[in-house]
This record gives sequence, structure tokens and C-alpha cells, in this order.
Amino acid sequence: MRNAWTVAKREFNMYFASPVAYAVAFGLLLVQGLFFYADFGSSVLFGAPPDPTRSVSLFVTLLLFFAPAITMRLMAEEQRTGTLELLLTAPVREWELVTGKWLAAFGFVGLLVILNATYAVILSRFVTPGLDVGSLAAAYVGLFLAAGAMLAIGVFGSSLFSNQIAAFFAIMGLVLVMWVISYPVQNETGLLASVLKHLSFSDHYYTNFLSGVVNLTDVVYFVTVIVLFLFLAARVVESRRWR
Amino acid sequence: MIQVEGLTKRYGERTAINKLTFHADKGEIVGFLGPNGAGKTTTMRILTGYMPPSEGKASVAGFDLLTQSLEVRKRVGYLPENVPLYPEMSVVQYLDFMAELRQVPNRNERVDEVMEVVHIADRAESFVSNLSKGLRQRVGLAQALLHKPEVLILDEPMEGLDPQQQIEVKRLLREVGAAQTVMLSTHILAHAQELCDRVIIINGGQIVAEDTPDRLSAQIAGGRRLQLEVDGDGDGLLAELRALPGLSSVRVVADGRFEIETAPGPDVRPLIASTVVGGGWKLLELRRERLSLEEIFIQLTREEAEAAAAAETGAPLAEGQAPGSDSAAG
Repeated sequence: MRNAWTVAKREFNMYFASPVAYAVAFGLLLVQGLFFYADFGSSVLFGAPPDPTRSVSLFVTLLLFFAPAITMRLMAEEQRTGTLELLLTAPVREWELVTGKWLAAFGFVGLLVILNATYAVILSRFVTPGLDVGSLAAAYVGLFLAAGAMLAIGVFGSSLFSNQIAAFFAIMGLVLVMWVISYPVQNETGLLASVLKHLSFSDHYYTNFLSGVVNLTDVVYFVTVIVLFLFLAARVVESRRWR
Repeated sequence: MIQVEGLTKRYGERTAINKLTFHADKGEIVGFLGPNGAGKTTTMRILTGYMPPSEGKASVAGFDLLTQSLEVRKRVGYLPENVPLYPEMSVVQYLDFMAELRQVPNRNERVDEVMEVVHIADRAESFVSNLSKGLRQRVGLAQALLHKPEVLILDEPMEGLDPQQQIEVKRLLREVGAAQTVMLSTHILAHAQELCDRVIIINGGQIVAEDTPDRLSAQIAGGRRLQLEVDGDGDGLLAELRALPGLSSVRVVADGRFEIETAPGPDVRPLIASTVVGGGWKLLELRRERLSLEEIFIQLTREEAEAAAAAETGAPLAEGQAPGSDSAAG
């Protein structure tokens, strides 16, 4: 675990040494800012109470596109430049390596979430009698879990390639599939439909977290996805040894 | 320190290394020589635990490579070919990261110490991307030395260095090589000749020769080429020499100087000496020439190729040649 922390620290710092992270943060915050402004403005115009979870759900939607950008580099770059060889000949286990990478990405997204939380703080100053902190907290818990799952898929996708662009599209494809997997069976019942609904990101995120409910099933689901994809990533890294 | 037995690695259909067996002892510098694609890097990657062999056994620093890989990796310092480093980190950041990963005690002091050893301390704050090839090589070496490994495995450590830097690295390797086991690969033979206690020549994934550089030279050069010098212009000596048995060719290099190729067999030097003296010439020098490792290498790898072409099996080494003394001055 100590090694995972070492890898995570380095990787986290590297986010700020590369322009990609700043570009990602800029894009993410810009879109969120615009939407917040529009939301806020329309609330004022029509006198309707603003929904504080809007900026959270928007963040999750944007992560569909930004999580691949944040994670594509993590393993792919190590493989392209050959630095993976030095990591794997140091006394580091594969799972420590991928966990460290994931922690770094999670930390970076955590930072962006803190910036995102300023919108809630701003809103709370204008809304009387104040925001529904409980439902907002549930939305944020869901955001962290969904982000963690997307980033774990990202680490896995990145480990498959030594080309960042290829990794980007593979990750985006995987995340999108996980997101929409239940869309075709939205109005169906039966075994297949219920299996697909259980597998889907959106069914676990939108139906509960966003309506203020933290369900153990949903928490377990996202944690399972994180563990599963990190496990797969470790196996992919290990399989590189056998080629 | 390093024990390798029957090591084989296949990439699909291609066999990169085939049943290698060798060892390296404590305090020894072993050179791994071979043309590109001979299997040097593959062997080193296996020994560092980067990838497992298809067949065979190996142990490093007393630990089995397959079952105790982590223990092996703790005790091995590795400089991969082309020195992969993180370009966006500074030298000191990078070394600190590697030291933390290897759980080096007193990290800061050790990083400073190693930077002094490889003479990179003055560039500690430079980013790796701004370093020259030679400096990068030194950072790679520093990284390999950080945890005071029992075994150092260096893949082409001289590659890309200028002669001055090469001398420095050689000095450094001799220093660390006294206490540690060093295994280095190179395709530049002069380096191996100068640096190594023992040389393993590998070609096409197989060991073709293994000995000290001196003995290798002696063994293969034995009875092959002589240099003869007499006082004056040596008129008429050429014909006399050509009439002698056991010589395959005689060539005039300059006035009074001859180069003689001998056929394998009994030593012909006494015969030549008595011919020269008996004919009234004044013998200045009669010397058996030692082939450089370079020539041996070319010879060995060519013999290998010829043997393969003829679909022959058996010992490729030129064996059974009289070793004897290396030089005899008249």
C-alpha cells in the first residue's frame, strides 16, 4: 500500500506539470460555470427555486468525456516511454501500481469537485431558507462514487494501450456503454432487462443519489466496479510480462 | 550471485534465447557481448524480473526468480536500454521517487550521495527532458545504485556517452564492481575487454564463448598470426619462408617486416627463427599477435552463421588450438 501511495503522489503532482490537466480543468469549469450562470439567471427571472444538484449531475455528465482525458495518460504513457520497465523491476506489485494511478486521478477529480462545490456555497447565500444539505450531500457521494468508477475504467483502458489517443476513445466507449447499457430496456421487464439495469451506471446514479437517497446497493455497485476494473488493469499489466 | 540454468525465452515462434547457462559471482564484472538481436536485453529483462522465462531456472542474490521475484527485485539495480525516465520530473525529484519506491532509508542523504557518485549533483534541479544523453545515462545509473543493490544489471551502459564520460562510467563501474556483482551488456568489445573479469559472448540466443577477455584472445588467436621483423630489407627471406611447412601465407608489410599466417598445428616459431638466423639475417622480433576481442567476436559470430548455414551441429568454438604463451620476442 505504501508503494501505491508513492505512485499516487508522483502521479498527482504530474497532473500539474502537464498542460492536459489545466486544459481539462478549464474546460470542465467553464462549461459548469456557463450552466450555473444560466440556471441562476433563469431562477431569478422566473422566481423558481434553483436546484443545487443541477451542477452535480452536470459534473457527472461532463465526466463521461473528461474522465477519459484525465486517465488516458496514466498507464499508456508508461508503456510508450518504457518507464513501466523500471517500475516493474522495482519491488512494486501490479495492484499497487494501478491503485496508485487511480488514487492520483481520483485526487485530481476531488480537487475539481471542491471547486464545483463553490456553486453550492454561492447558491446557499441567495436561497432562503437555505439549501437542502442532505440531498446535496447524497448527490456528492454519488458523484464521488461514479467518478471513481469511471476513473477505474480509465486506468483499465489506459493499461490496454501505449497510445493515449487510442486509450482515450477506448475508455470513452467503455464508460458510455456502462452508462447507456440499460437504455434499450428502459421500459421492459424480465430477467435481461433487470440484469442490464443492475449493470448500468445511470440507473444506479440518477434514480437514487440524485434524488437524495444513499442506498447501500448503489454504493456496493460502484465500489465493485472500481475494484473489478482495477483488478483487470493489474492483470493486463501483469500479462505484459508474459508477452 | 547470479545462477542461470537452461534459460529459454520464446516470443511466439521466435526463440530469443535458447538454453542459456551461466553464472556470475560476487565482486565480478561479467560482460554480455553480442550483436544486436542476440538476446542480451531479453536475458537481462528476465534476470531483473521484468518478464519470466519460457523455460529454465534462474536465481539472483540467492532468490529464485519465479517464486521470489519481489525479493530479487529488492536486490537488483537495473539500467534498461535507452534509459526510460520521466521527462517532466527534475533529477532530484525522480531519484527521490525511485528511492521512496525502493524504500531506501535516509532518503534525502542517499539521493545526494548517489548524485555525487555519478557527478550529477550540479544538475539536480534540471528537468530530465533538458538533459543530454550522457547525463540521462548517469541519472539512470544513479537510480540503479540508490538502494545499494547486491547485483547491478546494466543494459548498454556506455551507449551514447562521449569518450570522457565513458572513462568516468568505467571508473565508476570498477568501483562498485569491487563489492557488487555487475552484469553489463555491450556490443562494443573494447569496453568489455577493458572492464570485465569475464566475458560471455552470445549470438542468436546462444552462448558461443565464455572466458576472461585475455584467455579468449589467447585461445582463439593461438597459432594464427605472427609478426616477424629482421634487420635490413630482408631480401630473399620471403622465398625462404614460403618454402617452410606449416605456414599458410606470408606477406611483406614493409622492408624487413613480414606478417605470417600459420596453419593450426605445432608451433612453427622455432623453425622460423632458425631459418632466419641460419640464413644470415638478423632477427629483431618474432611475435605472436593477439587478436582483439573484436576480431574474435567477428570470427565467432561468423563461424556460427556458417555452421548454421551448413546445417551443422557441434561445437562452434575453435577448440584444440595450442594456447601457449601469447608472445615471444626474439
